[in-house]
Amino acid sequence: MIHVFRTTVAAAALIGSAGLASADCGIAAGRVNIIGNEFPAIQTIGAMAEDCVSDTVTVQSNLTADHQTLNVAGMSGNPAEYTSAVIANSSIVALINADVIRPLDDLVAEYGADIPDRMKITIDGKVMAIAFMANAQHLVYRADVLEQAGLAVPTTYEEVLAAAEKIRADGIMQNPLGGAYAAGWNLAEEFVNMYIGEGGAFFVPGSAEVAINNPQGVAALEMLKSLTAYMNPDYLTHDSNGTSAEWEAGNIALMNMWGSRTGVLMDSDGSAPEVYENTKVGGPLMVGSSGVPATTLWWDGWTVAKNISDEDAAATFQALAHAVSPATLNADTMGQAVWLIDGYVPAPVNEGVLASVAAGSQPYPMLPYMGLLQTALGDNIADFLQGKESADQALADIEAAYTVAAKEQGFIQ
Amino acid sequence: MKHSSFFWFVLPSTLLMLAFIAFPIVSVITQSFYTAHDQVIVEVENCGPFGCTKSTSVDQTATQTLRDAEPLGKFAGFGIYRDRNHLALDEVARAWVNADGLPDFGRSLMNLPFYKAMAFTLTYTAVVTPLTIILGFFIAIAVNSVARALKGPTIFFSLLPMIVTPLVGSLILFWMVDARGILGTGLQWLAGDPGLSVKASTGLMWIMLMVYGVWHAAPFAFVVFYAGLQTVNSDTLESAMVDGATRWERIRFVVLPHLLPLVTFVALIQLMDNFRVFEPIVSFNAQAHATSLSYAIFNDLGGETRLLSSAAATSVLTIIGIGILLSPVLVRTWRDFDRK
Repeated sequence: MIHVFRTTVAAAALIGSAGLASADCGIAAGRVNIIGNEFPAIQTIGAMAEDCVSDTVTVQSNLTADHQTLNVAGMSGNPAEYTSAVIANSSIVALINADVIRPLDDLVAEYGADIPDRMKITIDGKVMAIAFMANAQHLVYRADVLEQAGLAVPTTYEEVLAAAEKIRADGIMQNPLGGAYAAGWNLAEEFVNMYIGEGGAFFVPGSAEVAINNPQGVAALEMLKSLTAYMNPDYLTHDSNGTSAEWEAGNIALMNMWGSRTGVLMDSDGSAPEVYENTKVGGPLMVGSSGVPATTLWWDGWTVAKNISDEDAAATFQALAHAVSPATLNADTMGQAVWLIDGYVPAPVNEGVLASVAAGSQPYPMLPYMGLLQTALGDNIADFLQGKESADQALADIEAAYTVAAKEQGFIQ
Repeated sequence: MKHSSFFWFVLPSTLLMLAFIAFPIVSVITQSFYTAHDQVIVEVENCGPFGCTKSTSVDQTATQTLRDAEPLGKFAGFGIYRDRNHLALDEVARAWVNADGLPDFGRSLMNLPFYKAMAFTLTYTAVVTPLTIILGFFIAIAVNSVARALKGPTIFFSLLPMIVTPLVGSLILFWMVDARGILGTGLQWLAGDPGLSVKASTGLMWIMLMVYGVWHAAPFAFVVFYAGLQTVNSDTLESAMVDGATRWERIRFVVLPHLLPLVTFVALIQLMDNFRVFEPIVSFNAQAHATSLSYAIFNDLGGETRLLSSAAATSVLTIIGIGILLSPVLVRTWRDFDRK
């Protein structure tokens, strides 16, 4: 709402000043309305797009954590309410499945000559989104605690377990490990990481048939359970925000955390100097002997709605192309993310994500039915972690729950 | 009243009820019998900042043809109701045959999402409804006997739990029972166990949710009973006093019979509300320990891929469940009405 208000005020001010354009985005006319998640980097993109407001161009944005429940509905009408959705590699699938975004090839040809190829997300040869930042989970550690316990920075989950045991045995911390293990999406994501790290594949190749009830699946679950033994007993209620709060309170020494959230942990707000000065980022953690890091790579990018006029589509494309141009990067915005934009210079907080990319981590699977598996995982792992059922039973439950949902959606006949 | 004037009198509300209550229910029931079309899956190559991967995608044009031919989707009959994520008839039958005694059957049943949700929902309803009524009644009697000058502030404070938004109220409690919160630490001190955590134990989490449920709903019962208390016949009360009835006897034989119809009313509303328990599960992050039918609907609609038919089937099951729960109360009301 604040954004809408700000845009309205901006528009009114512009009309008042007899059509003085604040930035030259080269847009003739049109309507731009962006829906997306709410974190600093996306807020920067939204604010940059609002630069393009003129007396013939309106720009609105609705940045909210609930964007996923709004974007498909808000883009299904004709004309669509939102002309663009900012999404990640998991959530673009829902938009493609619902067929509400348009291929961008002709717009790229006309207005996007400056967009480098690495930012273009192509599906089946068609550009469907423009990515502007990368993200991944990686190790975050407290240098002072590791030093006190005489430990090197761990690179594998096996070393993390050993380090946790040493820190506990030395009486430094009772529960030295943290992690976003809240039942639901977060816990499912931790399993996805661990299963990929064990070298597992989620589906029978080329089909929607799930295949996780195997030794890698069991190993991934067992590792998750071993880690929880060193966590705050409330771990099933700790999402990324809760885990970050635990970190800032100085209660944890090691955790696997999102690169996009490390900036908050390393600034001086919300924690004691002892905590934020010693907060360091490591690379992605390995597990087992597969050689693939136990993490997934993510990008965030923007799309253009299908059910809007060509004029609005062109305006949306131009405004957002302006928002992801090198002009966006300055001293304030540089550290907000691992930008894919030309001219990006990495800051220390971003090293973890870059290390994850360099270590050959896999991108999160961009499959039409992955979201269904993520939901099934999130609903069924907690029983195993609480010792209510065996790993085999948990995996069988996940497969059964997924298969039913995939049948209902028509992915499995 | 003449038939025609009665007709015109109720027409607006009938239309509104049809549009906002009946039609949505019809639409939900219809939806629950249809599933999405078979998706035409094609293999594609996806490229992005991290290189190219072989992947699959939905063939939109082919799927669209199927959609245009049958816009409602594929008819599934009772397929969704029968599947594992709902009534799971086949799984229950198999568990019954393979079960090694009743406890083992119970364990298999609790592994199925619908029965797990029902176990919590029914326990919650059975515990919270009577406790709400009893607590609300005693608050009403207590407030009624407070000095006149203090009545206003007392009523206001008694109503607070209901005024606070459920999500906010339960979040406040959530942080208070945290291992480092005031209630959590208090419980650890009482139990003499520094490792005690309400959020980590299924049993304690259930108790917490029910305590919250009673705390939140008691003011509603209180307000209704308090209003009822104002209409108790003072002559009867005085004559009871003259006859030497104690305070308890006056409550037992004069006040309670007078309030009985209100108890039915509060029970009706509370049964409906408690069967739909939802907000506390979300704000207590309790889905690992307790789920309900409403939570299942939320979960179906909140994922990256929305399961509309599954959510519709669960909604219909919720309506049926509420119908069954309310039937004794409704039958009773109907009989009372008939007698008059």
